[in-house]
Amino acid sequence: MPPSVAERAVGNEHPRVPVGLDVRSWEERVAAVAACAGQHATQVDAAARFPAEAVEAMGAEGLLGAWIEPTLGGLGASIEQIAWACGEIGQRCASSAMVFAMHQIQVASLVRHAGDSDWWTARLREIASTQRLIASATSEVGVGGDLRSSKCAIQIDGRVGTLTKQAPVISYGLEADDILATARRAGDATPGDQQLVLLRRTEYSLEQTSRWEALGMRGTCSHGFTLTARFPAEAVVPDAFARIATDTMVPVSHLLWASVWLGVATDAVRRARTFAREDARRSGRTGGNARLAHLVARLHAFRGVVHEEVREYAARMDDPDALGTMAYAIRVNNLKVNASEAVVAIVQEAMLVAGIAGYRTDTSVTLGRSLRDALGALVMINNDRIVAANASLLLASRED
Amino acid sequence: MRDRIRSVLRQHAQLAQTIEELSDEADLYRAGLTSHATVNVMLALEDEFEIEFPESLLLRRTFGSVRAIEEALSSVPSPSSRS
Repeated sequence: MPPSVAERAVGNEHPRVPVGLDVRSWEERVAAVAACAGQHATQVDAAARFPAEAVEAMGAEGLLGAWIEPTLGGLGASIEQIAWACGEIGQRCASSAMVFAMHQIQVASLVRHAGDSDWWTARLREIASTQRLIASATSEVGVGGDLRSSKCAIQIDGRVGTLTKQAPVISYGLEADDILATARRAGDATPGDQQLVLLRRTEYSLEQTSRWEALGMRGTCSHGFTLTARFPAEAVVPDAFARIATDTMVPVSHLLWASVWLGVATDAVRRARTFAREDARRSGRTGGNARLAHLVARLHAFRGVVHEEVREYAARMDDPDALGTMAYAIRVNNLKVNASEAVVAIVQEAMLVAGIAGYRTDTSVTLGRSLRDALGALVMINNDRIVAANASLLLASRED
Repeated sequence: MRDRIRSVLRQHAQLAQTIEELSDEADLYRAGLTSHATVNVMLALEDEFEIEFPESLLLRRTFGSVRAIEEALSSVPSPSSRS
């Protein structure tokens, strides 16, 4: 092991211990985490603090190793199960669900692209057995938010690598146990010639450069940092990042984010329904609420799209040629645009059903947090950027 | 055919190196080919060779090297052989 650069000032080094791996069903585990997330959601939002209780619950339920196969100590959950969990947690606390989703995206990238060397097998085992939380440092100051472009470069000297990255955002960077960062493969590599590197807490230091003070998704604690790392050369993920992005990181991100937003929308509709039912009871009306009916129709359409795209990815996920087409890239991009627009539209329409009771922040059917969290969907990878990418791809692809 | 491919790449690939410095097998993405430039290369190849790439060939690796492009072009039926 190389010497550490600096010990982290924040965070605790004690491992989480998953319990009862063999007894509890996936649904029970997810329900426990969702309930815990819900209990603290208001406070997490108000204080813009990390949803520590929910993440501890994820660890206790083994959910941080969900994507890792059981032979390595994980739960071996499917993409369908993980997407469903994002939605369940998202109904209670969007920040907790987004932390869960982002962690799963990182684990998926490792499981699918790190190969099966002894070194990587040991790392995956460790993630599962101690339920390490993994954050992502993909964006960088000066590349305009382009995932597929890096300025910083990995420097390998013998068996030790070093990296310094100006990261405008590392969600839950202070609370994570590991950080997965993108960088150019070497000092002389082009901006798109990137690799991923897995950095352990003892191998990096973070200097905070900005504070996450945002309208919604406040518990993701997406502060900005300068990341300085010194790590073993083996920590560079074997597959090129271009492949990891196409096959895993981009599609899984859009699927899991869309699932979180589906959870936010489902919760908003539930609040609208609660209000409409109480309103009908109070007023003695029996005709029902047409806007609520329309709202539920919209929710069902949204759910249908998310489920279809999750199934589609599951069907393609072991076939790089099926994942690598321009037509599929367009499709995955469209899921992001459609899902982010759907969640905002649904929360807004729920507001019309719940009226002032939804607009107020002190009622049981308040939609304030839902709306603020939903709006983030439009700008987490800005929809205009995605539409521009699709416009370019559509010059080539002719698939309907 | 390779000369014509290289000519298209020279005009549209926007590589960090000149195409003359790269072998037929060299990884064009590593040399700086972006997804946006890939689209322009693909359109220019269609014009140059008067073909239309089938959807199944619109893959990243189709445009990964001069050799890969050559193989892809060879597998596309020319307009005259199309019914």
